[in-house]
Amino acid sequence: MPDFLLEIGLEEVPARMLASAQAELLRRALAVLAREQLISAEPTAHSYSTPRRLAVLIRDVLTQQPDITEETTGPAIKIAFKEGVATPAAEAFARKSGVAVAELKTISTPKGDYLAATTLKRGRTAAEVLAAELPKEIAAIYWAKNMYWRAGKPERFVRPVLWLACLLGEEVVPLTFAGKTAGRATYGHRVLSSGEPFEIVNPDSYLAQLEGEYVLADVELRRQKIRKALDHVTRTIPRARWREDEALVDAVTHLSEWPDVLLGNFEPAYLELPQEVLVTVMRDHQKYFAVEDANGKLAPHFLTVTNIALTDENAPIIRQGNERVLRARFNDARFFWEFDQRTLLTDRVKLLEHVTFQKDLGSYAEKSERVRTLAGVLAAISISRDALLDAPAIEAAAILAKTDLTTELVKEFTELQGIIGGLYARSQGLPANVAEAIYDQYLPASAGDAIPRSAEGCILGLADRIDTIANMFALGMEPTGSKDPFALRRAANAIVKILAESALPLSLTDVLTASAPTPEVSTKLHTFFSERIDFYLREARGQAYDVVKAVTAIGTDDLRDLVARAEAVTAARGSEDFLAVSAAFKRMKNILTQARAKGDTPPSIVDHDLLLDPAEKLLAITASAAASAIEELQSERNYSEALRVIAALRPSIDDFFDKVMVMVPEDDIRANRLALLNRTLEDLSRIADFSEIVTAG
Amino acid sequence: MPSVVEKKKSLTFQELLFTLQRFWAEHGCVLQQPYDLEIGAGTMSPDTFLRVLGPKPISIAYAQPSRRPADGRYGENPNRLFRHTQLQVILKPPPERVQELYLESLVAIGIDLAQHDIKFEEDNWEWPVGGAWGVGWQVMLDGQEITQFTYFQQCGGMDLDPISGEITYGLERIAQFLQDLDSIYDIVWSRDPVTGRELTYGQVRLHEEQQFSAYSFDYADVPSLWKHLELYEAECLALFARAKQVLVEENTDTLQVLRFPTLGAYELALKCSHTFNLLDARGAISVTERVGVMARIRNLIVGVAKIYAEQGRLTPAA
Repeated sequence: MPDFLLEIGLEEVPARMLASAQAELLRRALAVLAREQLISAEPTAHSYSTPRRLAVLIRDVLTQQPDITEETTGPAIKIAFKEGVATPAAEAFARKSGVAVAELKTISTPKGDYLAATTLKRGRTAAEVLAAELPKEIAAIYWAKNMYWRAGKPERFVRPVLWLACLLGEEVVPLTFAGKTAGRATYGHRVLSSGEPFEIVNPDSYLAQLEGEYVLADVELRRQKIRKALDHVTRTIPRARWREDEALVDAVTHLSEWPDVLLGNFEPAYLELPQEVLVTVMRDHQKYFAVEDANGKLAPHFLTVTNIALTDENAPIIRQGNERVLRARFNDARFFWEFDQRTLLTDRVKLLEHVTFQKDLGSYAEKSERVRTLAGVLAAISISRDALLDAPAIEAAAILAKTDLTTELVKEFTELQGIIGGLYARSQGLPANVAEAIYDQYLPASAGDAIPRSAEGCILGLADRIDTIANMFALGMEPTGSKDPFALRRAANAIVKILAESALPLSLTDVLTASAPTPEVSTKLHTFFSERIDFYLREARGQAYDVVKAVTAIGTDDLRDLVARAEAVTAARGSEDFLAVSAAFKRMKNILTQARAKGDTPPSIVDHDLLLDPAEKLLAITASAAASAIEELQSERNYSEALRVIAALRPSIDDFFDKVMVMVPEDDIRANRLALLNRTLEDLSRIADFSEIVTAG
Repeated sequence: MPSVVEKKKSLTFQELLFTLQRFWAEHGCVLQQPYDLEIGAGTMSPDTFLRVLGPKPISIAYAQPSRRPADGRYGENPNRLFRHTQLQVILKPPPERVQELYLESLVAIGIDLAQHDIKFEEDNWEWPVGGAWGVGWQVMLDGQEITQFTYFQQCGGMDLDPISGEITYGLERIAQFLQDLDSIYDIVWSRDPVTGRELTYGQVRLHEEQQFSAYSFDYADVPSLWKHLELYEAECLALFARAKQVLVEENTDTLQVLRFPTLGAYELALKCSHTFNLLDARGAISVTERVGVMARIRNLIVGVAKIYAEQGRLTPAA
């Protein structure tokens, strides 16, 4: 069976869009082939991309669809024939089926006799199917931003399509998209190849032929080549290594068809600038890799990934150009660094009056004032609970936190906000913990980030974010669906993470209350945060859905406690006894629910004199003993031991259900047994609602 | 570090301009003179902003001195200018393989592509005040951005059909690159063919940078600027009212429609835009005012584009 190849030649596709588009094209091509019965259930398939092309290669495609015999039912016989003569209904059915009336037959059904036709649906050739179906699939590929280019705006795509190549085996499949008809011609590298098209012999030769024209179409091979070259080039500097940066490797992989790596240098004098600034210039602005020495200190070198093979002739020229650009950028940064230092952060506080935070929420000066108050409240609560905190440092950091927005360096490198403020605070002789809190204020920026290093930094981070969230909610600007223009979800995720992972004695309610929301906003905030907490437990902590439900049912206010409970439950659920007890709890809950539905409300106190059966006496004793043991363990947050105590109840619970009938006719005994179940359930459900744990399967 | 570029062979600033203009003229472009008003980018010239509207094909190239009052550095920063020069090429519709054509223009100015690293990196352009945006690239040559390449999609809030391709060369950047210089002011502007005497960019333009930085940051009279802004705006709005009469309400003949001064209204709008930039450089626009003033200018610029499109529709043969 022949192999199938499709290549779409494009003007340079944005690097950030290539990986998903490549995968989507393959998914769509496979879906068409599967739907049209042209491939096996487990096809061998590959996809490729460079900035100038997307391609798929699918092995062993059938050249022809099978013919299909179909039987279709037409009108009832009594309608189809009047006095033995075919009616228009019969003729219409015959026409539709593509046969003569005489070729129709009669079938018997429970509803009577009907006219039927046997038709042969001819399978189409794969070439026909692909030419008809693939253009629709290509057109449907998702692009984050696309464009029109042809007059009359017939289609939108990421960039203009330059050519299409499509082969089934040796044969061209002449599909048409965006005014181009597929052939067998493709193009090599813009500069290294001749610029003339060349013909692809067959799908199998595609990769090798492209490689001959300086295009490495396999993304993973390109990535490996880049990594190897980075290693290789760095080895020329003793004890140096390039600073690992997966996102940057990914970006440069999608920016080149024939990558190579060049080492450049800069004057060591620039190393006096903060390395955060140097690395940002290199990575974010120039896509250069930073180089560090054996101690992790930045070294005066950089690595750039080129889209051309380096030679003795071109390497010095390309190096010189890149070095000059970097020098200019570093000079700018140095100029800004020195210029900014002429105005102290403390003198910049007033300038914040001219920087808008949000049009309805005023300037950053107003925001800073609110954050100062909020941070003060949170600090006071923490101190009242014996936390060691430098409250004046928190206040100073809150006042100065946003002043770096007025600096030239932050205007130039917005991604360094906070960090720049921290660096200036340090170099301007402010206390170390103030500088550090300012530096860390935007942490965690994403799930993978750490929380601020100090308690002061954590409080500042909490206050800044809850101010934004609560005020936005009050303005009705809460996130909806996929829309979250102010990144409030991310801000809330950060609050949850700080509360769960810092040592601050603060609850979620403390933080929400500090922002003084109206009752209506408060309700919305609680709902919003409970989603974020579920998200945190599931995504950051890897907790299963049922465990999250079980532990959050007991309360989500103390986040560290919540995490500890969730982890203990997850650790315990491996034990058979624990699962059995969970199942028993579910049973108790059901019995109580049904009883309540019938008007049987259990009394709050168990009357020990009414306990008749030894099994219920035993349960009453063991459960009550367990309850007091658990209470003590819980106060020590020793949840794993507490769960062991609960699991150890299994024999007495099993015994109870084996021997004792709860819903007996005698009112007093029934009520007392319900009271026992209720008591047991309540006493033992302070860590999690175990009835939520999925036990079957 | 010794330069690996042979400076003597690289083009002077003025040769660079000639060469690019000649290149595009040879590829069918009409060479226009720079627009004689203060504008911040070649895109704002009516030769781009207005002429990309409507169905008529165009190929135009022009150099455009571009003023950005807030970018001035009194001539003290080697890489930043109050006024830089763009070479703007507008191709409506863009020809097939327009990127190759662009690369040929680089060869024409002495860039041997095999000796350099060239990449087209995503960079989309947007001018909210003009209701305009497009998608495209920044062209990177050995790590230096030398050109903005944009496929215009919308202008004045209107979809374009056909679209235009816009190529904007940063001439100072390219000259600096070709001559391997750390400072714009060292660029060789011209070389006397007889004596070989060189004139630098600094000798030609430094005083301008010094004086206009001082004017923008220190001298420009804020109350007067506000007055200018209001006067230009009022006159522009008055023309809008007349446009409504001439183009919509009155039964005017083609000649009257043709003669309606949309271009005059556009100049008034551009004056407002530049005045706004000056006020901004002076730090005279408060947070609360800023959004409002920008909306006023957007109203003018987008308003002109709408009138221009309507005028073109009414006079298709012109």
